[in-house]
Amino acid sequence: MSEHSIPVTVLTGYLGSGKTTLLNRILSEDHGKRYAVIVNEFGEIGIDNDLIVESDEEIYEMNNGCVCCTVRGDLVRVVEGLMRRPGRFDAIVVETTGLADPAPVAQTFFMDDDVREKTRLDAVVALVDAKHLPLRLKDSREAEDQIAFADVVLLNKTDLVSEDELHALEHTIRAINPHARIHRTERSNIGLSEILDRGAFDLQRALESDPHFLDHDHPDHACGPDCDHDHDHHHHDHDHGHHHHHHGDGEHHHHHDGIHGTTIQSVSLRGGEVDPRKFMPWIQKITQLDGPNILRLKGIIAFPDDPQRYVVQGVHMIVEGDHERAWKESEKRESRIVFIGRELDREKLERTFAACAV
Amino acid sequence: MPTVAPLDLDGYCLFADFIDETPVYALADGTVHRLDHGHQAVEMHDGITCATRTLDGKALITGGEDGLVRALNGEGVAAEIGTAGRKWIAAVATGPNGAVAWAAGKTAWARLNDGAVKEFAEERSIEGLAFAPKGLRLATARYNGGTLHWVATSGKPVDLEWKGAHTSVMFSPDGKYVVTTMQENALHGWRLDDMKHMRMSGYPAKVKSWSWSAKGKWLATSGAPAAIVWPFSGKDGPMGKAPLELGTRGDQMVTAVACHPQEDIVAVGYSDGMVLAVRFEDGKEVLLRRGGKGPVSALAWDKDGYRVAFGSEAGDCGVIDIRG
Repeated sequence: MSEHSIPVTVLTGYLGSGKTTLLNRILSEDHGKRYAVIVNEFGEIGIDNDLIVESDEEIYEMNNGCVCCTVRGDLVRVVEGLMRRPGRFDAIVVETTGLADPAPVAQTFFMDDDVREKTRLDAVVALVDAKHLPLRLKDSREAEDQIAFADVVLLNKTDLVSEDELHALEHTIRAINPHARIHRTERSNIGLSEILDRGAFDLQRALESDPHFLDHDHPDHACGPDCDHDHDHHHHDHDHGHHHHHHGDGEHHHHHDGIHGTTIQSVSLRGGEVDPRKFMPWIQKITQLDGPNILRLKGIIAFPDDPQRYVVQGVHMIVEGDHERAWKESEKRESRIVFIGRELDREKLERTFAACAV
Repeated sequence: MPTVAPLDLDGYCLFADFIDETPVYALADGTVHRLDHGHQAVEMHDGITCATRTLDGKALITGGEDGLVRALNGEGVAAEIGTAGRKWIAAVATGPNGAVAWAAGKTAWARLNDGAVKEFAEERSIEGLAFAPKGLRLATARYNGGTLHWVATSGKPVDLEWKGAHTSVMFSPDGKYVVTTMQENALHGWRLDDMKHMRMSGYPAKVKSWSWSAKGKWLATSGAPAAIVWPFSGKDGPMGKAPLELGTRGDQMVTAVACHPQEDIVAVGYSDGMVLAVRFEDGKEVLLRRGGKGPVSALAWDKDGYRVAFGSEAGDCGVIDIRG
């Protein structure tokens, strides 16, 4: 990915979550940048001079025998068209429809060579409506997927719910995605630097901006149901009992018992140094076999005699890895990796990851 | 020695050709430039997304970001010929007797000689369009194949099925084959009389430029470090046969191809701006242009086969005269 490539921000969120309000703010605020916005339907956005492109969401399965290898075909064409006139904008924002699965959008920026050459996925931003999130999570898989995929979650319309409810919602979001940045907003009111030009998919920058990535003492960190460190898990149940009421927790039929009725879990693994000759085939095999269930993965890996930290990230079956920076003297050389997905076999992941140890 | 008359423009050249013998260049920024006793420019759209020329060579057809389809004649006079609402025009195609078709989103339109416009709806977005040589049918390219629509009659459309995303479509000059480019680095073909499939794969990049040879016996394509030229002369088309690889270069990709109007010769444009002419028979190469500022994105011969109009992604365009 070249430094001159155009950053792309993907905006997900259900109908009514505040996407249009946020888009209008991106287009109208005086931030000195020009945006090209790709929307599914012209709504109430935009002024005459804005570059807004209407495009029908087209999900294309790739002919490589992998059911989760999908791209947004219309984006390939529109982004290619936009990039033929690059002087008009500094960044691209893609708005998805409410029910959209974020994976094809994200994968387009990894799988299509032409798109990849000229643009880079900057971050996936999910807007959630604080009032309606519990109901959305209960009745749709996509609402969970959008949170699981997000680098930044805007918990919007906070004025419509109580402080206790907000706490509960944040724990729910954390349970689905332990590493997303969560911001509370009203009327999508957020400093745009918190959502634009984040470099969340840029391995180096993602870790610079989140130096405590995967640390349990991270101030942002709230433990998910599968957190592997010593923690009083009952704590969640007691504190957030009222939340279950909203979910109708007793009635849900999800096939695993994550808290708050969610079907997505995260599995965090940590260990010492690992053998690259074992780790590389392991991560390939895990993502090949379990790719459809893995929504996102991120990790920092320590290889013996390697002065550099190795970082990996993935979307379904697509995995990318690269050296990031030198290990510091003060740093413990350990390997940490988190998987966010459905029906993850925690025991298998732990056992097979442990087998990669030096 | 071939001579090059450069035309340095500012912007991505989508399409170059000769309209009434005048070299024309369609740029993504919406302008069309003509070399008609000096350089002239016409503002056609706020952004051109696709372009082609009419079969008689008398007009350029452009589709725009403004959802309009327009025509520009040899005198440089523009006229509107169709619209598709607010969406970008995804593809334009031309057929016999002045027929023009365009597509946006999931709809295609065909405008016939009498000015009547017929609409065709598909379930998926239309990415490519082509008229059959006789003009009776219009082919679309879309996800999982394409469709053959009857242009003037109400016959039932025929589905061309093949899994995957198809991004552009073309008929062979004899009308026996339909070929598509795909999102994967491959072509797919159908022999229409028995719907037999033809897979043409092995490209390191997507195929974005293709051209039939003079008598329709060969299909030249971009997408590799050489021009990949498939034989279509036998009854099975290219099946079971190896393509020719012409103008191979180790470190550059072929980005544009245009077959000579009479001879079995192809003009080949590369990612570094070089243009070669290569003869099919023996692979002999002639240098037409040394290189330039950007990948060659447009190439076309004039009807006599003496001049080549070329354009690049960086805007360095021009005309090559092989007579020197």
